[in-house]
Amino acid sequence: MSDTPSELRYASSHEWSRQEADGSITVGITNHAQDALGDVVFVELPDVGRQLTAGEECAVVESVKAASDIYAPVSGEVVAINEALADTPELVNEDPYGAAWFFRIQPTDSSELDKLLDAEGYQASL
Amino acid sequence: MGSRTPLYDHHLAAGARMVDFGGWDMPLHYGSQIEEHHQVRRDVGMFDVSHMAVVDVAGADAKAWLQYLLANDVARLSETGKALYTAMLNDNGGILDDLIVYRTDDGYRLVLNAGTRDKDLAWMRQQVGESAVTITERTELAMLAVQGPRARELCASVVSDSRAALISILKPFEGQPEGTWFLARTGYTGEDGLEIMLPADEAPDLWQALNEAGCKPCGLGARDTLRLEAGLNLYGADIDEQTSPLAANMGWTIAWEPADRDFIGRQALEAQRQAGDQPRQVGLVLNERAVLRAHQTVIVDGVGAGEITSGSFSPTLGCSIALARVPAATGNTAKVEIRGKQLEVRVIRPGFVRNGKQIFE
Repeated sequence: MSDTPSELRYASSHEWSRQEADGSITVGITNHAQDALGDVVFVELPDVGRQLTAGEECAVVESVKAASDIYAPVSGEVVAINEALADTPELVNEDPYGAAWFFRIQPTDSSELDKLLDAEGYQASL
Repeated sequence: MGSRTPLYDHHLAAGARMVDFGGWDMPLHYGSQIEEHHQVRRDVGMFDVSHMAVVDVAGADAKAWLQYLLANDVARLSETGKALYTAMLNDNGGILDDLIVYRTDDGYRLVLNAGTRDKDLAWMRQQVGESAVTITERTELAMLAVQGPRARELCASVVSDSRAALISILKPFEGQPEGTWFLARTGYTGEDGLEIMLPADEAPDLWQALNEAGCKPCGLGARDTLRLEAGLNLYGADIDEQTSPLAANMGWTIAWEPADRDFIGRQALEAQRQAGDQPRQVGLVLNERAVLRAHQTVIVDGVGAGEITSGSFSPTLGCSIALARVPAATGNTAKVEIRGKQLEVRVIRPGFVRNGKQIFE
């Protein structure tokens, strides 16, 4: 697994973001984040339809070690959440950039994505 | 850099995430703490516990002195090999450490917590006075804990015939020497298993042999969730110098009889028992998608409040559990505030899992 895929954008609080063809933005947490958290046991996701502001606390990851807040990387409406994480939270450890995506946001202003770090910038922030 | 056990290089080679524990560089996990936990509950796993302090107490007054030093009574160790669990208290009845004492041919062997080693030894030496007692720290020994339903069978398959024979006859909570080794049927996981003390330079070979036989290395993370499920206290979390054994589900380890045995902390404990004012330690079970953690407040309606002393996710039960100190009048339910929400928890006697099975209704 690539530690920091170059096609994604990153927040210094360890969320990754990917713009989809339909304009929505998929959000998850980085490999570095899951590694630091250890075994993930619960993930609490926002409700579909919730309006988020960039930087707002909107999800929680509980691992054996600690509870960590997840912040919205961009503003917009939650249009989908990954239901699979309810029963298989270990996906976050196994496939953080794939099967363990957290939620999708329809951004109000997709230029907010440009304010996030690129892979190089994220790695430099670690 | 912290202290290193003789198995430090083996931990790194096995991909361990290392953490500081009481001044020691120890493995937290080797990949997945939950898998290591299941390994011990379902099969067999091994822990490097060489950071713990092995201390031998001998001399003509060893027995009488330990009867004064410890809240449990070493006179209960009716023969060589028997062991007991005890608190070492200060004058106020606070717990300086919790430890296991084995009766040996020459005296007694104590196994102390790593984080309290220096404090304990200073305290013990201070208590010697005129007593004919020698206190010898056995820093040349390493210690491995091999735990799980298949632990004894697997250990027996990789050691000498005489050691295998000893393993087959050891009773629970018994420890015996075999040559330069000391084999004890004790542990900190709620499973059957052994704790093996052996010369440090022989530890890597035993570790390797066990590993090749199918025993997986397990870190402090799994050790913590295993002991929590078993309802066993962790020094520094559930108990400390401010905690009375009466408030830590350790009343059974206090030997009140004979009434004329004077031990350090006795007066304070008797006053506490008389007053009946100590909080009580309970287990908590949460059936929601959240995790109980140390220092969260426990709210008991109409009674008061308490505090979680250690909490985590229970891999065996698939929900969160905790040990907490609560007012004595607490009933069967309470609430814990997590992220602004008050979640209802069940209150049970401390102890959740033993020998692979849930032990509460």
